[in-house]
Amino acid sequence: MRGNRVVAAIGHALPWVIAVIYFFAAPSDLDFGTQVMIWILFAMSLDLALGYAGILTLGQAAFFGLGAYTAGLFALYVSTDPILGHLAAIGVAALFGALTGVMILHTSGVTLLMLTLAIVSMLSQYANRATDLTGGDNGLQGIRLSPIFGVFEFNIFGKTAYVYALLVCASWFVLAWRIVHSPFGSSLDGIRQNPHRMRAIGTPVWWRLLAIYTISAAMAGSAGALSAHATRFVGLSVLDLLTSGTVTVALILGGTRRLYGGFVGAAIYLVVQDWSAKISPFFWEFVVGGLLIATVLLLEKGLLDLGPAVLRVRDYWRAGQRK
Amino acid sequence: MLTFGLTVLLDGVSYGMILFLISVGLTVTMGLMRVVNLAHGAFAMIGGYVAGYLTQRGCNFYLAALAAAAAAAAIGAATERTIYQPLYRKGELAQVLLTVGLVFVATGAVSEVFGAFPYPVVFPAYLTRPIDIGFRQYPAYRLFLIASGALIALSLWLALDNSLYGARLRAAVDNPRMARAVGINLSLLFTSTFVIGCGLAGLGGALGSGILSLEPAYALKYVVLFLIVVIVGGEGSFEGSFVAAMALGVIDTLGKYFVAEAAPYLLYAAVFALLLWRPKGLIPPRSLT
Repeated sequence: MRGNRVVAAIGHALPWVIAVIYFFAAPSDLDFGTQVMIWILFAMSLDLALGYAGILTLGQAAFFGLGAYTAGLFALYVSTDPILGHLAAIGVAALFGALTGVMILHTSGVTLLMLTLAIVSMLSQYANRATDLTGGDNGLQGIRLSPIFGVFEFNIFGKTAYVYALLVCASWFVLAWRIVHSPFGSSLDGIRQNPHRMRAIGTPVWWRLLAIYTISAAMAGSAGALSAHATRFVGLSVLDLLTSGTVTVALILGGTRRLYGGFVGAAIYLVVQDWSAKISPFFWEFVVGGLLIATVLLLEKGLLDLGPAVLRVRDYWRAGQRK
Repeated sequence: MLTFGLTVLLDGVSYGMILFLISVGLTVTMGLMRVVNLAHGAFAMIGGYVAGYLTQRGCNFYLAALAAAAAAAAIGAATERTIYQPLYRKGELAQVLLTVGLVFVATGAVSEVFGAFPYPVVFPAYLTRPIDIGFRQYPAYRLFLIASGALIALSLWLALDNSLYGARLRAAVDNPRMARAVGINLSLLFTSTFVIGCGLAGLGGALGSGILSLEPAYALKYVVLFLIVVIVGGEGSFEGSFVAAMALGVIDTLGKYFVAEAAPYLLYAAVFALLLWRPKGLIPPRSLT
């Protein structure tokens, strides 16, 4: 028992230790690390809605994009303070999550999926047309940020951005961890497994779904704001359906309902994308699609399940030998 | 005014016909197998590219369209047997993920082979000209879409209503367990329906490429439209998807004429409103009511 607890503690510390080591070990590749951090947060937001609550959505890019555009526009027109901009992005994304949640969460399954897709398409078409606001194809350029807390300046080496992303990601992780291990989190588990029974025992299913959907939207918006701040650029691609697809891939590769799934998935995804894009600009789509198909068919619970899967095979084999 | 109304109607119906042609296979497979197939648009895309490839090399347009349907059906048969069958037993999430994976693979493959730019199907010259229809000049291509769409819809409707295959299909959509109990080979029915649906999608992709233009993003871009047709019509409902496709075509066209700025939102707003009113679609099959 005690051994297990030690293993668990090491498991918990591992990703964060790696993140800190990365900071010192790869000072020239911090931009890449920041991207990984952003996608980890984004995937974690999806894990809350899709993994825990079972909300079948491909619309997560709407919140990511909204957060990114809000942060970008805030920096351009309101204030260059990154913290204020970040909070604004979270607020706008959460508000939009709550509003659209009210409109769509009474449905389920394919209908829900289609509505989430429709919301992303609507937003991206709007962003495409409203060139005065979003810059259209050129995107938002020339974003300037003042130093965080007036001290830590964003520089070309990306040190500040990396630490900033790491801290934001860690804060959200703590919150998400508390949420999924609370009674509220357990009720989400129940709703995913059987919404009718949960309703029968008196759970306000719709309200719970709305709550987690809003939280998930806020998190995705936060990831979008990080992306806008880290790259000082927001392009139309943040609202693309491909972005929704990509974050889903990152989450699924790692495995849903672990919170850590996104850590593995996002890192692997970005490495694979980096590597395959060098072969051909289109090859990465091919690779990602193939990975997704293989994961679903062969490894239902994601790459994080590889270890346990091996152990299960070993136990099975041992049990066979004893007989 | 009447002229204008008729024009809107013709535009809307021709657009609706294409939506119907591509989506009808999706409707039936989603109603029958309860599988969320987001890759359906990829089969339409494959059909379109096959037709484009052939016609650009001088092949007869109609032969190319048939080849498009055949190619999409063949790929449909191969994927149904290998990839989709294990999927029927899995949850919606796994189905969504795997079919999104297929879309990525198809998109990547198409852009690798044919390039990232729009890929035109060469229509015969007489289809690209406007012709006189009494009160105005109207593109022959759109009339051709209406005629061929109506012909296919009518023959599908007759086949579903009168053939033994149609009776089996309707039985399986309404009550799959009972259908199996009376000795209907569901597995065979699944495969054949899936293949026919893919073939129709391929045909629709080829014929409709003048409206839904072919590009690698096709499968992802238009899948929302196809899903809307299926869900608004009612999963598994043949008549429903026809009505929904026509209505969507006309609403979208009306929007483009009257409120050009808000046209895309108008369509989605209509869908949102309709689903608040009838969450199971316009004409849901009996199994869902």
